Amino acid sequence: MAHEETVYDALDHAHGGEGQWAFGTGFDDPLAGVDTTIPEGVDAADLGAYSLMLGDDALVLCQRLTEWTTRAPELEEEVAIANCGLDLLGQARLLLARAGAAGVLGRSRQTATDSIPDEDALAYFRDADEFRNHHLVEVDGGDYAQTLVRLLVASAHRLALFVRLRESRDPVLSAIAAKGVPELTYHRDHAARWVLRLGDGTEQSHRRAQAGVDAVWPLLADLSTATDVETRLVATGVAVDPADVREEVRDVLTMVLERATLTVPEWPADRPSPGRAGEHTDEMGPLLATLQGLAREHPAATW
Amino acid sequence: MVSGDVVGDVVGDVVGATLTRDPRAVAETVTDPELPMLTLADLGVLRDVRTADDGTVVVTITPTYSGCPAMGVMRADLVHALHRAGFADVDVRTVLSPPWSTDWISQDGRRKLTEGGIAPPGDAPVRAAGPVPLDLGPTRRTAVCPLCGSPDTEELSEFSGTACKALRRCRSCREPFEHVKEI
Repeated sequence: MAHEETVYDALDHAHGGEGQWAFGTGFDDPLAGVDTTIPEGVDAADLGAYSLMLGDDALVLCQRLTEWTTRAPELEEEVAIANCGLDLLGQARLLLARAGAAGVLGRSRQTATDSIPDEDALAYFRDADEFRNHHLVEVDGGDYAQTLVRLLVASAHRLALFVRLRESRDPVLSAIAAKGVPELTYHRDHAARWVLRLGDGTEQSHRRAQAGVDAVWPLLADLSTATDVETRLVATGVAVDPADVREEVRDVLTMVLERATLTVPEWPADRPSPGRAGEHTDEMGPLLATLQGLAREHPAATW
Repeated sequence: MVSGDVVGDVVGDVVGATLTRDPRAVAETVTDPELPMLTLADLGVLRDVRTADDGTVVVTITPTYSGCPAMGVMRADLVHALHRAGFADVDVRTVLSPPWSTDWISQDGRRKLTEGGIAPPGDAPVRAAGPVPLDLGPTRRTAVCPLCGSPDTEELSEFSGTACKALRRCRSCREPFEHVKEI
């Protein structure tokens, strides 16, 4: 093998040697070297579907958060929100790669002639009805107050799930969850402090924070009902039953809102999540167009 | 791993070969792309270096954060350094568990961070099993100004130029500085 002279040469060599390496091209498999064997007694299709659900929640919320880049009210907040998005993107990459390794694309990683990595194929080349994220993360974020309320709800729920998912029988999901817990703790606490500041702030900030709460609250209806996939995986010790985190999430959100002098709306009645079944809001299409446009226009592009 | 004991049992030219061709020593010289004052070993992301039976050098690294964008560069830097040292076959693997925490940063690494103008992290928070308690108060993190040594510093933002750092300001010398957050 050639002894590359510079790091750039090494990167370029590792990605085909055509002198076109740049950030954004040829990402390495985030699970390179990780044993992705399916645990005994676990259905691979279910494990893949579950990884997609958790991965899609992270990917789509990341996309909504990064919409604030160049537009956030303060530079520090722009960086904070982008960093939360980056953490979620990292979680999404790991989870989509886990889904790919479990075979959700119906192709073998070793023999794939398609050069597009699993995580890219899943992120960029699925249509809306193939995404499994909750509506909570896909709807338009509204103003900054609503963005932070949504981040609070989504990260409180995800943190409670991930704390339990650390005990998953799938060592890959367990490791991804353990990695994500400190990240989600930061996101939740950051969002909670902002909801406090806005709710217990000026007349305008209070009004807008309350409007954000009122807009986001109905979406809590989707978070607590297990899909059939989750029910089967709970039985084999792989997944967390979302109903088990309901009370904890409710307690956290109630505590924050009360401290923020905001009115806690009535908790909506639980329903099966339409998003987990591939049914999405009208806002999902434009979101995916932005997320996927470049990759679909130029599927093999390097730059 | 301390290689001295192992090497001490070996005789003749094998000793020389082992010393000059120790892949661990080579890997330990590679620096972090975003904190170039630190080696990957100082940062605690270099988990293992070993030589497989077929001679391939197998390096294991772990990400700091799930979304750390520097993993690809770390991987390429390790391969590059080991190639230059004469190791033709290098395999860099990722390990996620146990998750990295700032407690993995060595004492030497903490000193280098301070010298580089970045406040090192304190002890990582110890979290009991069960629900993670909500923290609504001002962040309790403290950091000593790496520029003038004053402990009187304030947090400007929990997030800075990279996910692993917060932005702070010294109330004594008024200079802003970055602080590697404890996780």
